[in-house]
Amino acid sequence: MSQALNVLPLPAADLDDAPREPTAPEASAPVQAAATEPASDRFWRTGFLAAAAWAIEGLLVRFWPNQVAGFTDWAFTDEFGLANVAVGGVILALALSYGGLARLPQLREGLRLSGRWLVALPVLLLVWQVLTAKLTLLPGPFFAPPQSLVEVFAEDWSRLGLSVAHSARLLLNGLLLGALVGFITGVAIGWSREVNYWVHPVLRFLGPVPSSALLPIAFFLAPSSYAAAVFLVALATFFPVAVLTWSGVASVNKSYYDVARTLGASNWFLVWRVAIPAALPQVFVGLFMGLGASFTVLVTAEMMGVKAGLGWYLQWAQGWAAYSNMFAALLVMAVLCSGLITLLFTLRDRVLSWQKGTVKW
Amino acid sequence: MVSLASLRPTLRRVPQPAAEAAASQAFQPVPQPAPQAVRGVGSRIDIRDVSHAFETPGGLLPVLDHVNLTVEPGEFVALLGPSGCGKSTLLRLVAGLEPARSGDITQDGAPITRPDPSRIVVFQDPTLFPWRRVRDNVALGPQARGLLAQQGERVDEALRLVGLSEFARSYPHQLSGGMAQRVALARALVNDPELLVLDEPLGKLDSLTRLQMQSELINLWQRKGFSALLVTHDVEEALFLAQRVVVFSDRPARIKAEFVVDRPYPRHRGDPYLADLRHQALHHLGLDATW
Repeated sequence: MSQALNVLPLPAADLDDAPREPTAPEASAPVQAAATEPASDRFWRTGFLAAAAWAIEGLLVRFWPNQVAGFTDWAFTDEFGLANVAVGGVILALALSYGGLARLPQLREGLRLSGRWLVALPVLLLVWQVLTAKLTLLPGPFFAPPQSLVEVFAEDWSRLGLSVAHSARLLLNGLLLGALVGFITGVAIGWSREVNYWVHPVLRFLGPVPSSALLPIAFFLAPSSYAAAVFLVALATFFPVAVLTWSGVASVNKSYYDVARTLGASNWFLVWRVAIPAALPQVFVGLFMGLGASFTVLVTAEMMGVKAGLGWYLQWAQGWAAYSNMFAALLVMAVLCSGLITLLFTLRDRVLSWQKGTVKW
Repeated sequence: MVSLASLRPTLRRVPQPAAEAAASQAFQPVPQPAPQAVRGVGSRIDIRDVSHAFETPGGLLPVLDHVNLTVEPGEFVALLGPSGCGKSTLLRLVAGLEPARSGDITQDGAPITRPDPSRIVVFQDPTLFPWRRVRDNVALGPQARGLLAQQGERVDEALRLVGLSEFARSYPHQLSGGMAQRVALARALVNDPELLVLDEPLGKLDSLTRLQMQSELINLWQRKGFSALLVTHDVEEALFLAQRVVVFSDRPARIKAEFVVDRPYPRHRGDPYLADLRHQALHHLGLDATW
């Protein structure tokens, strides 16, 4: 293995070595196994397939003429095709230098895991391309080919970027407010009988009402549509966070409290150092659910009254029959939402690294 | 594990394990347990005419019936009885986790009204906090009282005492049952309790670990000099550990018999004197047909 490490960074030496492998069949079985192990790691086989798929897809996009259906041709077709060929080239380079990447085990592992998706993606892109631009089996303006999204990003990036910024500001404000108030409420209901008596019935009665149902009244009552939207996003986050925090605090093993009390813990210590840490796994479930609910409310609010953000952009694009813009905005939205969820899970894995089975780093 | 049981209490807090081993060979077994040197560290507990009952949907369920018991300073007392008889309830009352319905419980003359770090309970489950590393679990008591900054070294000392210094940074789920219970012991001892309340602390351990931990428990008791009140349903364990064994009846628990185990430490499991006491204890528990 150490020999391989020394040799492989130089591709020329690597290629020279390859034919020598079969000339040592006398080696005993374990030695042979050890010697062949790096050989199987030298190239990334799926990578070659993926590179070929991207290249073929790119060339087809570039050289198979689009069907022109009554309006000007799709822009960026050639660029998109060549970019895909370039992606194929990068993958080919990675596949060839796979053995040399032994020092970056994370990159190698990532490539290995995503290998089949990297083959499937160009296939799917090609199907999309053929159905839209090449054969127009899907009707014109409603279904745009992939390169039309490139066009949107290239030409409307400022408006799209501004929408993302507006959405992010609204979402984060509402989310932080809702999560904070929900967490405090949940701890209070779980801890204090008196608070539980008064707040629990209200939560039970009003909590399940969908936040989007309150949109009209919120726009009517709030000083601005922005404030109304923050309030509704916060409300949508609040409910699951409050309920799950409450259930987490209420289900803390009572003997934890006994232990802490005999050791001289104050009530403050019991809440802060016993109840809350013990409830955290549940709190994260609540945050996850709250995040999902907040996306829904965010987009609805932006479509209904807030004159900015991705929801508004979707509405606006539809009004102008700019369907490519709509697809582009949806793509951006998917990236943002899944990114936020990933962020939450990363945070959870760090905070709850003490849990059995979740220790990853 | 080298047996340290014959260590004289005057030698408590010998820092080096090697020195302890040498000392245990150099000195003869101490004839009387709980000797004078450690008296004064342990609390005196008086349980006077205590009765207790639980409220259930079917009415009041009596669990303790006019119990009278005194634990002398530094004494090791074991409570034996059929399971579910109310022994553990008595421990909760002594710990101050619940008030007794009637009767008085005092510590050195002062009534026990609430939990206090001078009386620490070790439960059957180690109940370590899974989100805290081993050292942070042991540090719980000092931290709860705001003394961690001054007592950080004592936390490490307690971990050393139970032989788990290397595991200070582990999480509880990475420990075996015996190790977890040792951490629970360290968490108790770091507070220098005057009374250690042991609620079947070895009940869930495998039998070999259990025998080993019994010897360790005796060592710790002899070194630290606290009073100890142990609930167990293992007759042999009670006789091996305690100076006095109190046998309880079925619920509601009354004291049925009491015997002094007049044997020096370290005791030997094969001792015919202990075997005879075991026979008597089983008789009181209605189990001597199996003898």
